[in-house]
Amino acid sequence: MSATSILLQFLNGLAGASALFLVAAGLSLIFGVTRIVNFAHGSLVMLGMYLAVALSEVVGFWWALPCAALAVAGLGALIESVLLRRLYRAPELLQLLATFALVLIIRDYALWQWGPEDLLGPRAPGMAGAVTIIGQPFPAYDLFLIAVGPAVLGALWLLLTRTRWGTLVRAATQDREMASALGVNQRLQFTSVFALGALLAGLGGALQLPREPATLKVDLAVVSDAFVVVVVGGLGSLPGAFVAALLIAEVKAFCIALGYSKLTLVVEFLIMALVLVLRPWGLMGRMPAPARGPAALEPPLAAPSPRVLAGLCTLLAALALVPLATTGFTLVLLTDMLVFALFAVSLHFISGPAGLHSFGHAAYFGLGAYGAGILALRIGAPMELSLATAPLLAGGGALLFGWFCVRLSGIYLAMLTLAFAQIAWSVAFQWDAVTGGSNGLIGIWPAPWLASKAAYFWLVLALACAAIALLWRALHSPFGYALRAARDSPLRADAIGIDARALQWAAFTVAGLFAGIAGALHAFSKGSISPESMAVARSVDGLVMVLLGGIQTLTGPLWGAALFTWLQDALARGFDYWRAAIGCVILALVLALPGGLGSLGGLLKRQGRA
Amino acid sequence: MLEVRALAAGYGRAQVLFGFDLALRAGELVALLGRNGAGKSTTLKALMGLVPPAAGEVHFRGERIDRLAPWRIARLGLAYVPEERRIFTDLSVTENLEVGRLPRREGAVHWTAQRLFELFPNLGRMRDRRGGSMSGGEQQMLSIARSLMGNPLALLLDEPSEGLAPVIVDAMAGAVLELKREGLCVLLTEQNLRFARRVADRACILETGQLRHQGAMSALDADPALRERYLAA
Repeated sequence: MSATSILLQFLNGLAGASALFLVAAGLSLIFGVTRIVNFAHGSLVMLGMYLAVALSEVVGFWWALPCAALAVAGLGALIESVLLRRLYRAPELLQLLATFALVLIIRDYALWQWGPEDLLGPRAPGMAGAVTIIGQPFPAYDLFLIAVGPAVLGALWLLLTRTRWGTLVRAATQDREMASALGVNQRLQFTSVFALGALLAGLGGALQLPREPATLKVDLAVVSDAFVVVVVGGLGSLPGAFVAALLIAEVKAFCIALGYSKLTLVVEFLIMALVLVLRPWGLMGRMPAPARGPAALEPPLAAPSPRVLAGLCTLLAALALVPLATTGFTLVLLTDMLVFALFAVSLHFISGPAGLHSFGHAAYFGLGAYGAGILALRIGAPMELSLATAPLLAGGGALLFGWFCVRLSGIYLAMLTLAFAQIAWSVAFQWDAVTGGSNGLIGIWPAPWLASKAAYFWLVLALACAAIALLWRALHSPFGYALRAARDSPLRADAIGIDARALQWAAFTVAGLFAGIAGALHAFSKGSISPESMAVARSVDGLVMVLLGGIQTLTGPLWGAALFTWLQDALARGFDYWRAAIGCVILALVLALPGGLGSLGGLLKRQGRA
Repeated sequence: MLEVRALAAGYGRAQVLFGFDLALRAGELVALLGRNGAGKSTTLKALMGLVPPAAGEVHFRGERIDRLAPWRIARLGLAYVPEERRIFTDLSVTENLEVGRLPRREGAVHWTAQRLFELFPNLGRMRDRRGGSMSGGEQQMLSIARSLMGNPLALLLDEPSEGLAPVIVDAMAGAVLELKREGLCVLLTEQNLRFARRVADRACILETGQLRHQGAMSALDADPALRERYLAA
């Protein structure tokens, strides 16, 4: 590479950094004040892009930028005042889930409004050409973008330090309860902060138009990029977000220029890993104070009573008899339910009792599925061997990723697990030679003795039940008690000699291993795997199942998985916009039953008494 | 001014306050006394809406406030100074005061940063200092000054003398008496009986979340048996 092309690539990276910074800054501001991680932030970026395309036909490109940004800001204010306002006291997992429901709804809205095809945006009038830099052409619009980042950083800095509104925002970011006790109007503040964050997201999206088309896939891609930026820069630090956006965008630009575009995500991951090892709270972040005392009083997780156990055994026996009655579609659905029940129980294992809120559990499900497929197809291993070995691959992945994840907690951990899952997904999506790329792998069938639907169902039933029983047993062993102690009072657990980090790392690995079993079983039951099986949406499916069932119950994930699998199947067959429908169901549940389906029983009991 | 009826409150399943009544008249300075864990801080937090009351009613100037958000209560003219001071450590002294500023209020003293710097001369000398780099006593003064910026009619002071050097405690007592002269109604919690004796008109004694005694501060002063029973460590 010559010095000139290095300079041009550097400028190219700077141009990419601007939009990324806008998005990450909005995410960080919103989190700072409302403590909500806005999963739908990428969706707001996407809306900004589509709206700018639509508006530029009416008012022209330059006016479309502020108009689209303002429209997204208005939507942000609406979302905050209608939905999120009701959730500020809810557990953070539910808040994340509610914003994910918005992702589904906004995605389907865009699909309905603008169709599935990518929309090419207009060129920027007056900046459509190139300027010459040291004899090389460089897009004039990119120079404009390079200026936008620092300009917005400066404007935000002035807004936050020179205005009363900014002073109140900084105060609330530090201690919103105290700010409230001093009479700061929280409704107005939260709505305005959310609107500003949405404005930045919408603007970030609209600004990208001359560089890339508006597409539906942008929502999750952008939000996980923004998570990486925020984690690297330090949550709540705007200069941190700026530096991190520069770093990430430069790395991307140089990876692409050197012809390693497929390595982009891997390099991004390596940077993030390096930063997290050296500075766990990001380049400019600060360590959050450790939780003292019980943050939320969770009732102790009870071992299943003899009655519950008897009920479960009866259910098991009934399920074992089903293949005698039918071998049709019911059996396929039941197989799916069992697989996802195991997946949900393994996720519950770490997110409930261990308190590690994973937003990327599908990575291990996918590793198990791909492991089984690759062993069976590429190496030609017998099905039994593939099924037994694949979960080890998932466990190995969890061992590696978990080492980083358990260093963090709360929101940081959720973001990091999501980013890891996104990386695993993109490796599966891009590594054509091994994983089959976007087509996935087909022709992964069980051994002849398991070829019938009934035989395979019995195998899944036996393995899933044994695995679930094992996980439940572990929760009621000293290992499980120590995990819950470390969750409820990290400092006290530390003081009585519990090595919380080692325990959580072990739990993370175990959960990954068991998710891998579910994944491998899934691969052989479907005969094929696609990258979808480890996409972020699958991770969230798992969380929905766990939360539907109630995170502080033992058997809840079973019912949640069964209900969700059935619901998804029933909706996806008859309805184009089933994602939005599921999003609405999630929102309704989050608002009506914050304790999950499992809490319904308690609720009914209490009402019966009253 | 402030009237509490059968107030009960707690954290999750742990109940701390078990229904007590309390009334504060305009211009009165009442000290809430009791041992560690008696429920003094929880009382103030419940009045301010920071710990939602489980039962009972709180009326402030005739308006019922026990279901309101803290910021609405603050805007009615009730101010709160927490035990841990809770200064915004990233903000300067002036900015901390700015956060507390509310519009002028009928019937209340109108405080400005300038007037507060006269009441707490130390603060006036460090206007641009970050809250995080101030001493404990300075933070306590800033915390009180910040809540006065809301031009309150009544002030809830949680352990104003805790952890302060004796000379600062003296200054603090002077400032509290000054506020009382300005007509502010004050409810403060205290473990330091000498401090309470200097400033309070009336004493209320809390034990395990219930009101055990109330009467003139001077009566408590004259009754060693009462002090021994409820306050001795």
